[in-house]
Amino acid sequence: MGVGGGGGGGGGEAAAAVAVEGDEAGKGRRWWRVKVKLSTVAVVAWVLASAALWAGLHWRFRRAALHKAEEALVCMCEERARMLQDQFAVSVNHVHALAILVATFHYDKHPPALDQDTFAVYAARTSFERPLLSGVAYAQRVVHADRESFERQQGWIIKTMKHEPSPAQDEYAPVIYSQETISYIEGLDVMSGEEDRENILRARATGKAVLTRPFRLMSNHLGVVLTFPVYLVDLPNDTAVEDRVAATAGYLGGAFDVESLVENLLRQLAGNQELVVNVYDVTNHSNPLVMYGSEVPLGIPSPSHTYTLDFGDPLRKHQMVCRYRNKLHVSWSAITTPSGVFVICMLVGYIIYAAWSRYDNVKEDCRKMEALKKRAEAADIAKSQFLATVSHEIRTPMNGVLGMLDMLLDTELKSTQRDYAQTAQVCGKALISLINEVLDRAKIEAGKIDLESVPFDLRSILDDVISLFSSKSREKGIELAVYVSERVPEILLGDPGRFRQIITNLVGNSIKFTERGHIFVQVHLADHSNLATEAKIEPVVNGMNGHKDEAIAIPTSGSHNTLSGFEAADSRNNWENFKLLLSYEKNEMPYESDSDKVTLVVSVEDTGIGIPLHAQGRVFTPFMQADSSTSRNYGGTGIGLSISKCLVEIMGGQINFVSRPLVGSTFTFTAVLRRCDKNAISDSKTVALHPLPSSFKGLSALLVDKRPVRATVTKYHLQRLGITSEVVGTIDPTFGVLSGRNGSSLTSIGKKQPCMLLIESDSWGPQMDVSLHARLQEMKQSDRIHVLPKVFLLSAAESDKVKKIHAVDSVIPKPLKASALAACLFQALGITQPSHEKRDDSGSLHGRDGSGSLHGLLLGKNILVVDDNKVNLRVAAGTLKKYGAKVECVESGKDALSLLQVPHKFDLCLMDIQMPEMDGFEATRQIRAMEGKANEQADDSESGSEIAAKTAKWHLPILAMTADVIQATHEECTKCGMDGYVSKPFEEKQLFQAVQKFLGPCVSS
Amino acid sequence: MAAAALTSQLNALVNNMFAMGLLDDQFQQLQMLQDSTAPDFVSEVVTLFCDDGERIICELSRQLEKPNVDFDRVDSYVHQLKGSSASVGAQKVKNTCIQFREFCQQRSRDGCLKTLDLVRTEFYDLRNKFQAMLQLEQQIQACYPKH
Repeated sequence: MGVGGGGGGGGGEAAAAVAVEGDEAGKGRRWWRVKVKLSTVAVVAWVLASAALWAGLHWRFRRAALHKAEEALVCMCEERARMLQDQFAVSVNHVHALAILVATFHYDKHPPALDQDTFAVYAARTSFERPLLSGVAYAQRVVHADRESFERQQGWIIKTMKHEPSPAQDEYAPVIYSQETISYIEGLDVMSGEEDRENILRARATGKAVLTRPFRLMSNHLGVVLTFPVYLVDLPNDTAVEDRVAATAGYLGGAFDVESLVENLLRQLAGNQELVVNVYDVTNHSNPLVMYGSEVPLGIPSPSHTYTLDFGDPLRKHQMVCRYRNKLHVSWSAITTPSGVFVICMLVGYIIYAAWSRYDNVKEDCRKMEALKKRAEAADIAKSQFLATVSHEIRTPMNGVLGMLDMLLDTELKSTQRDYAQTAQVCGKALISLINEVLDRAKIEAGKIDLESVPFDLRSILDDVISLFSSKSREKGIELAVYVSERVPEILLGDPGRFRQIITNLVGNSIKFTERGHIFVQVHLADHSNLATEAKIEPVVNGMNGHKDEAIAIPTSGSHNTLSGFEAADSRNNWENFKLLLSYEKNEMPYESDSDKVTLVVSVEDTGIGIPLHAQGRVFTPFMQADSSTSRNYGGTGIGLSISKCLVEIMGGQINFVSRPLVGSTFTFTAVLRRCDKNAISDSKTVALHPLPSSFKGLSALLVDKRPVRATVTKYHLQRLGITSEVVGTIDPTFGVLSGRNGSSLTSIGKKQPCMLLIESDSWGPQMDVSLHARLQEMKQSDRIHVLPKVFLLSAAESDKVKKIHAVDSVIPKPLKASALAACLFQALGITQPSHEKRDDSGSLHGRDGSGSLHGLLLGKNILVVDDNKVNLRVAAGTLKKYGAKVECVESGKDALSLLQVPHKFDLCLMDIQMPEMDGFEATRQIRAMEGKANEQADDSESGSEIAAKTAKWHLPILAMTADVIQATHEECTKCGMDGYVSKPFEEKQLFQAVQKFLGPCVSS
Repeated sequence: MAAAALTSQLNALVNNMFAMGLLDDQFQQLQMLQDSTAPDFVSEVVTLFCDDGERIICELSRQLEKPNVDFDRVDSYVHQLKGSSASVGAQKVKNTCIQFREFCQQRSRDGCLKTLDLVRTEFYDLRNKFQAMLQLEQQIQACYPKH
């Protein structure tokens, strides 16, 4: 039901978790959408920015190109303009010179030295000086009065420009001299042309060269006419206009055939092809007149440059406009460079985008992983909790099943029925132990395991373990032995239960997998073992090629120097090494306890089937056995080793193993325990210690054993009882040693003769007893020995049977353990056990007859039961009364306190933990405080007297009663001064175990 | 004759209670504790249990009706009931109490109320059976002096 509830709760949690997850997922999705939008916007913005950059760069490049083109244009334009201006100026100057020539030779000389031919020749020959003029001519000023004389003199009449006889005018300007190129105008009155007339009037008024506006010349070319006045006298610059007109003799004119001449001129310059040059007369601003160049209007706003020309005529204004012939084409670089940059930008953008999205993906994945991890962890915790809960829930009914089986076995059964019931009980016990293991494992995984720290005797724990497995080892005929180094302190602080669990597990495994040979448990201090491992390196190095050798070695070499003579996997434990360890023990100074910590190395060696090489890696993995057939053949779950590993690690040690298939395995672990001063142990805690009897101190023994390792083990056990021993290999030298002949070997025993002769069963040949007895008797008679030594046979077989067969004083059953050895010796030597030591022995007999013992324990005892629950109280009282106890019941901690005022009559108090007002812990604390006070007073008032010593120690055993045996740890109870706990409702065995430590059976009131 | 019939009826009733899981081996232990020195042990304990249980269940329903439920208090009551039922061997009630305590620890009022109903039903069921059992026992004992 509890499981169902838990499941329901779990389901709810799961639903909540799913909801939370869904919520998270929704949030994630929304966020994802926002991010997608954001990234789209970012991409668009990036592209736009790149495009803008492209445009900007392009514009900049174009600007630069344009600027350059303009500069070039300005440069070229100015060059042209200057040249044109220069040439023009040169031409004008020369016309000026011609004018002077005409004035000089035509008017100053009488008769004139100049005629048409001379002028023509001169003009033709000097025409290179006037590159822009197509020709020059001289027109004489003729007033109407002189017309007739002039016509007569010349022989032709004055004609107009249209080659008609000139009508009557005020004055005329007929051309008299002309260059050959324009000889067609000879005789024409230039005054008749509108432009020429204007020109002439202006020229004579200013005395300077003047230009007409551009017009179609007679050659049908566009051009301008330059007119220069020729005065009869040399006039100063500031002469008035009337004087100038009066002084005018004629006009020298030249036609600028701008179109063709400028064309020729410009052609000589570089870059002519690409440039369009126009020259305008801009005297009238609103209507510029084309002087040169095409008439195409400058509609295209292509770069152009205007340059003002000065042809020397102040009235006329000219401009030169240059522009490129073709529209400026965009340079390639203005496109390629920005395009390159654009591409780079795109690439960079893509890289950033890709990196970002990758980062995003990774983050998303990471988040998912995180979520999965959380779920996995939650599942793990849930698993552990589930295991703990289920195990707990299974234990309860299982206990019921086992209890019922117990009861069933108490009833009268047929032998088959009994067999079935016993089998069921064994199975049930196995199941319980498995469940306990699973629970342990779950506890370890949940980190809920706490190690106790109480003083304990390592040797007695090992003895317990040995006795646990003794029947099995005897059945299988395996030698089982324990050896604890002398230097391991007697009392250690640690968790004996866990320590025992590890060793029990390892030994249990070894027993399971070993059919012959031995199992050997050794405990050394870490520093010794280190020395031994150095020696161990060598065989490990050989290990590689060693494998094959061993396969051969097993059948051939009959005996190895190990405990049983079988080869062991880890050669560390062979005799040579063992001897080495022993020698360290003996030679070294007594261990200086400079540190509080003791590191023990415990090794469990067996000669079993070993672990297959391929399975060695997963030995410590839970639920993994060497292979699936193992569990079929040998049973077990394979959880034990993993638990042991965990426990060892919690104890601050390490576990590892050496194993060779078919040879055996050696598991070695280290554990860090603390040293404990024997005196410092408080009285209340000595419970765990079972001191050995001390009656044997000073005795000596002779041991016959051909195997040194085994002999050392036996010696160790004897030594624990205070018996010194001497070892001989075979029977024969025994007599010599006994009689003390080879005295040198007896130094360790001194002069005392050994009173015991211990003989290993394999040194004991047939008919040996007879001859041995005969020899001993003989020796006794011949007075070589004073006392006939008792003969003991060390044998794993049933002691009674062996004793019957062989005539020996006693048979010591193997595997050896100190307490059994002591019991045996007591019996054989006839030493009576001191009474106070009996109690310890009776302790080891518990469980044989639980209810009987409980009856014996509780008979006549005064017991106080404290529980607020009437029903519980009644039941507890009833149960205890049944065992003969006198029970008193109270319902609260306060009542208990008042009853327990010192002195009181109670031998035991059972206390419920959870009570209103004052709970069990608090009540116990107060009781302990009260007792402490009473003890102090007793000490003060009656110190010295013996009675005081007896009554001084008020310490009422208080046991907690709890329904939850698992949760109520021993520690919790002891913390507040309780001595233990019993389960509620009572279980016979558990009650007995809890109570028997405090109530001696013989002490009945 | 009547006594024998009554005894078999009693046995059937008790066996039925075991079979239905109402009781566990603890009750057997109680039965074993009853001997000449304590002839009325079982009836004494059962009566104690019934009175105690009834009181606790009343108390529990009163506690849970309060607007602010004091779950610690409820828990301690349930603990008491659990202890009593464990002592008597009232397995079903005990298990429901375990469940009840879980709800207490979760501070779930609904769960508590639900389990309280369950406990009440189970408890009264058990009490009726117990009473029937005690009656039968009395009748059996009443038979003996006649013979």
